[in-house]
Amino acid sequence: MTTELGHFALILAFMVAVVQMIIPMIGAHRRHAGMMAVAEPAASLQFILIAVSFGALMWAFITSDFSLQLVVLNSHSAKPMIYKISGTWGNHEGSMLLWVLIVALFGAMAAWFGKGLPPTLRARVLAVQAAIGVAFMAFILFTSNPFLRLAVPPFDGQDLNPLLQDPGLAFHPPFLYLGYVGLSMAFSFAVAALIEGRVDAAWGRWVRPWTLAAWVFLTIGIALGSWWAYYELGWGGFWFWDPVENASFMPWLLGAALLHSAIVVEKREALKSWTILLAILAFGFSLIGTFIVRSGLLTSVHAFANDPERGVFILMILFFFTGSALVLFALRAPVMEAKGVFALVSREGALVLNNVLLAVSCFIVFFGTMWPMVAEMAFDMRVSVGPPFFDMAFSPIMLLLGIALPFGSMLPWKRGKLGQVAYKLRYAAVLVLAITLLVYTMQTGNSIIGPIGVMVGGWVFAGAVIDLWSRTGRSGWSRLFRLPGADWGKAVGHAGLGVSIFAIAGLVAWQKEDIRVAYIDEPFQVGAYDLVLRSVDFVEGPNYYSTMATIEATRDGRHVATLHPEKRDYPVAQMPTTEAAIDYRITRDLYVVIGDAQADGGWTVRTYIKPWTNWIWLGAILMALGGVISLFDRRFRVAVGARKTPVAGVPAE
Amino acid sequence: MRYVFAVVLAFGLAGPVAAVQPDEVLDDPMLEERARDLSKGLRCLVCRNESIDESNASLARDLRLLVRERLVEGDSDDEVMDFIVDRYGEYVLLRPTLSGANWILWAAGPVMLLMAAGLSFGFMRRRSRAVATTETDLSEEERARLDDILKG
Repeated sequence: MTTELGHFALILAFMVAVVQMIIPMIGAHRRHAGMMAVAEPAASLQFILIAVSFGALMWAFITSDFSLQLVVLNSHSAKPMIYKISGTWGNHEGSMLLWVLIVALFGAMAAWFGKGLPPTLRARVLAVQAAIGVAFMAFILFTSNPFLRLAVPPFDGQDLNPLLQDPGLAFHPPFLYLGYVGLSMAFSFAVAALIEGRVDAAWGRWVRPWTLAAWVFLTIGIALGSWWAYYELGWGGFWFWDPVENASFMPWLLGAALLHSAIVVEKREALKSWTILLAILAFGFSLIGTFIVRSGLLTSVHAFANDPERGVFILMILFFFTGSALVLFALRAPVMEAKGVFALVSREGALVLNNVLLAVSCFIVFFGTMWPMVAEMAFDMRVSVGPPFFDMAFSPIMLLLGIALPFGSMLPWKRGKLGQVAYKLRYAAVLVLAITLLVYTMQTGNSIIGPIGVMVGGWVFAGAVIDLWSRTGRSGWSRLFRLPGADWGKAVGHAGLGVSIFAIAGLVAWQKEDIRVAYIDEPFQVGAYDLVLRSVDFVEGPNYYSTMATIEATRDGRHVATLHPEKRDYPVAQMPTTEAAIDYRITRDLYVVIGDAQADGGWTVRTYIKPWTNWIWLGAILMALGGVISLFDRRFRVAVGARKTPVAGVPAE
Repeated sequence: MRYVFAVVLAFGLAGPVAAVQPDEVLDDPMLEERARDLSKGLRCLVCRNESIDESNASLARDLRLLVRERLVEGDSDDEVMDFIVDRYGEYVLLRPTLSGANWILWAAGPVMLLMAAGLSFGFMRRRSRAVATTETDLSEEERARLDDILKG
């Protein structure tokens, strides 16, 4: 019964979205207040209906309603509750429903918090947002209906892919979707502004919080996914340059570019048409990502069911939205003349450089991802483009970005002198050079990646600290904590980037690995650590059987950790997984994996010492935190809300 | 990274256990190091986007052993790679060569960077020479909107 209710609510939401797409758009064109006013209640109603629909699906998963095909395919009655819930979006149909739920959520938020927007702009934004919702709801209803019943329900389900039964991954998709779909808000604003024919500083201010929020969610989502890959896949890789990872990385890069170019629009009324184009492209890349993942066009370790029909549908959505937005852009862009005047060496100039580097790096990732397909179709060549290519092509751009960042972030608006900024940064430069030399002389092995990473990462970090300090002027400490949120957010975000660069280079350069057959109670040495396999036990979990080892690690005779790496077997899904045991420390992770039993009674044991690994995600957290701090800047509230009374808290879902 | 969830039929078949087995490891650490480096650049042909160094598939194991065999016989790194490319085609290389149309792939990034740098340089030149009259005055309409916003 609830299932049919959910299905019905989704169809209703679809119709409401159709109305919301058409009526306010016409109203805005005719300046008809009544027609424009339709948008707001429609956005709320659409969100509530989709929430009901999503809730109904979730209920079916929670209660293990095996008359529902989707539940049978992706759930099992013995599964822990949290994974029953996360199973709702652990599959194609359910995740699409989550996707439209978030589209509607953002639309509704724009309706609730957008009271300060000019009425025509708001009506158009909501109409465009509804159009996106219409397209994806049609996609769900016609090609991927999650509410299909089975005539003869089985006794139990086929279980969720065991790799997905993990806390990190349970929350990875919702965050990513919040990010992807958040960029749809920037897209809607861009298209609405093009229709409106006006882009000004106020527009920059309205669009930036949405982009910032989307980017923060995307950062968290990507970090969660990469952390999951690190501890779950059993060899401690954190990034694979897989097409689907790239699909999430490209919108992240463009989102970061958009974030920065919107500042120029907001403060200086320049880069307007470029910012609009970026907003269109950023969401375009979100759609391309959806297409890549769900069409099976590119082989990937992550690919969902490869269904050509769905692929074609998404391709049509992609072409319709990016295509028509780009045509609109071509028609209207000349109208938006730039206003601000600035010299080459200035904050504006630095932000242009930022955009050039981020956009080019995104282009490289895109080109590398699509090349195997292009080469096969156009040149009849079967080639692979893997991590070695991306490392070589992508890293130099990021290094340039890192080197330029501290200069750029401290240059004054309009006109600056590089010499002055370099003078302010002199202590950072000396410190970073000294540390780099120290690392270079101390390190074992000849890798150059380590010292370079330390240098660039440290430079970005130190630059962010000095940037923040310089904002206090002569008042020093007393002003530090009264600086605007934007200053703190900028410094924290940039520092986070520095930390991540440093950590990635450190891990790549100084990782130690050991593969061996270990015997019970026979110690072996890895780096500075002595490890000994104490026992291997067979344990039964709620829906799996586990082979659990007990390994003790000591260093110089002192106990460091007792580790329990596991090898699990999920009988229903018929799939093995590894659960690495990791001793997390500030400067290194000790990462142990248990492998197969050997004929002579030994066990394959892999041990990795991974220096600075946690700092990769610490950096990501700092970047996200920086975004959040910026979001709470007072000035945004003035611009976004312009409300009579401040509204407290977040609306209930 | 997105639907990492539906992850991985490929991993599913192979099991996400890291690949290199202890019995494969060569006694000479220098040779082993070279073997690992080469393995990281070779694609596991039956997997999706995994190198043979990461993959647990039996074909990947065969390739790893082949790489080590050639190294033990005294081949240079390039000779090993050529040997394998001869048999399996360029598809096994995770880092595409510069041959054929692949130069487009390698050139795309740098060319794009140069183009973007040139375009933005031209744009900034125009900006720095533009006359700043336009930003001195707000129009009537803009002033009204500004008041509207600031009043809040």
